[in-house]
Amino acid sequence: MTTIDPTIRTVERSSTLSFETSEGRQEMTPRDETKPGELSKEAGAVLRLPEGGVLDPSQIDLERPDDETMIINMGPQHPSTHGVLRLMLELDGETVLRTKSIIGYLHTGMEKTGEELTYVQGGTNVTRMDYLSPLHNEIAFSLAVESLLGIEAPARATWIRMIMGELNRVSSHLLWMATNGLDLGSTSMMIYGWREREMVLTFFEKVTGVRMNHNFIRPGGSAADLPDGWEDDVTVICDTVEARTYEYDELLTGQPIFRNRIEGVGAFTAEEAIALGVTGPLLRSTGVPWDLRRSMPYLAYDQVNFDVIVGTYGDNFDRYAIRLNELRESIKIIRQCIEKMPSGDYRIQDAKVTPPPRGRIDESMEALIHHFKIFTEGFTVPEGEVYVPVESPRGELGCYIVSDGSSKPLRIHVRAPSFVNLQVLPLMLRGGLLSDAVACISSVDPVMGEVDR
Amino acid sequence: MTLSLPSDVVSSTTSSGQVVLFSSMDRYHALVAELKATGFEMAIDLCAVDYLTQPGRNLPENIAPERFEIVVNLLSLSARQRVRIRLQVPAGKPLVPSIFDLYPGVEAMEREAYDLMGIAFSDHPDLTRILMPDDWEGHPLRKDYGLGRVPVQFKEAPGPR
Repeated sequence: MTTIDPTIRTVERSSTLSFETSEGRQEMTPRDETKPGELSKEAGAVLRLPEGGVLDPSQIDLERPDDETMIINMGPQHPSTHGVLRLMLELDGETVLRTKSIIGYLHTGMEKTGEELTYVQGGTNVTRMDYLSPLHNEIAFSLAVESLLGIEAPARATWIRMIMGELNRVSSHLLWMATNGLDLGSTSMMIYGWREREMVLTFFEKVTGVRMNHNFIRPGGSAADLPDGWEDDVTVICDTVEARTYEYDELLTGQPIFRNRIEGVGAFTAEEAIALGVTGPLLRSTGVPWDLRRSMPYLAYDQVNFDVIVGTYGDNFDRYAIRLNELRESIKIIRQCIEKMPSGDYRIQDAKVTPPPRGRIDESMEALIHHFKIFTEGFTVPEGEVYVPVESPRGELGCYIVSDGSSKPLRIHVRAPSFVNLQVLPLMLRGGLLSDAVACISSVDPVMGEVDR
Repeated sequence: MTLSLPSDVVSSTTSSGQVVLFSSMDRYHALVAELKATGFEMAIDLCAVDYLTQPGRNLPENIAPERFEIVVNLLSLSARQRVRIRLQVPAGKPLVPSIFDLYPGVEAMEREAYDLMGIAFSDHPDLTRILMPDDWEGHPLRKDYGLGRVPVQFKEAPGPR
């Protein structure tokens, strides 16, 4: 391609359009048509020589002629790709040589939509990005907006966020256990995972009114207080799930077929993970004890005891073990949240941010005006920009908001952990078998909703 | 332990307690390389912002506002520290040096910035669209890109007008 000098798209310069959109196909191309940099990326060569861009010849056998390999397509309708992930794989027999993931099939322009919604409405948008851990999206969004507003949610709201976030981590990891079991042929695990997750979702329905996409955690606090008797519900969930994790141990951890499928498969090193920006259980599986809840505490995570689970080899088994043990650690945190839950307001008493209680609307004209203003034009946020990260079940979930001083964000960008983590796939799959690709995709745990946004 | 930041940046401020460095276009790659050598091991995020509707925003005095900005968030695992770099990108020539050679993890993020905001990265190994279809016209996250003008577009249908 000629040198890239794209210019702004205007009516009088519509001729640039054909150039702008002729940047090439996203699909994988045969080797002789592929640039060296792209080739090394698809072959999973992450760590470069200091000169940069130089492919280590020992890392990929470039001598193999093109007619002995074939490029096949996997997805986006493949059942093991967790939604609409599409992979193109170059295979030699059954061995994977190159991988390219092609995404965007679930792109709905949520960041663009977010610019048209007020900060009050924004929660309904971000909660749909990572639909398996919607509450973490809401926590990141709310913390970012609060940081721009310069307010802090009351203590009870903070602890409600923690307990709901950890329950969401439990439900997300349970779903991962279920789908991972399904991908590896253990349908019993699938049913068990769904069964336990159902308990958590039922509790969410009781608290927030919906099973997913809650819009429960909002700037300034939460939408409602926890319902009466929530301690009993949560205790039952904790007791049941904790006991069941030991059943999973019996079912899977020691089972030779399961271990043979995942032990030593899809391994990568800590240096490669850090270079690729990989976070969450994938980074911890390589032995890096990086968990934002511990390393850079937000909410009140510095007031609870829990262990950061790390692996050793960075293979799929380590990631399985980490998620299984994180279930137990999350339950530990939830139990402490029940004990330490402070009383008080569940949302900030700031009439500019928090809508007035329903009862006041009938009595006070001012309350009615506030209510009307907040739900029509929303509240204004001072000019500024902020990046707030939280630890979602999949890694660092960051929310970058730019405010121009109005009631809608100028730009809302979500740093989705799955989007970045997917880049490790060429590295994991290289040299492995095609059937291991399924295990590796499952181990990355991508949620296409947040990959494509 | 706190990492010391390069002293010769064009300007630096804090936003909500977070350290923000401003870079000039020709210093950008060198600055990121310097920060990486200082101990910022991970490029956690890269995104583009279109300030078309807010040209007179709050910037340090020696920074001339441009239409686009590239925002890079770096993270140091060892020092538990973050830093953000904001780079002004002119609308007439939205071309930025890629930092792919320093942080391979920005590959997808730079492609996303290119796809949705139309900012090109020189020396990027595979600068193609990532979220939108190959034959899409325009860059949807730009402020002058109409929202909802074409409800459904098929490959055979004419592009957005």
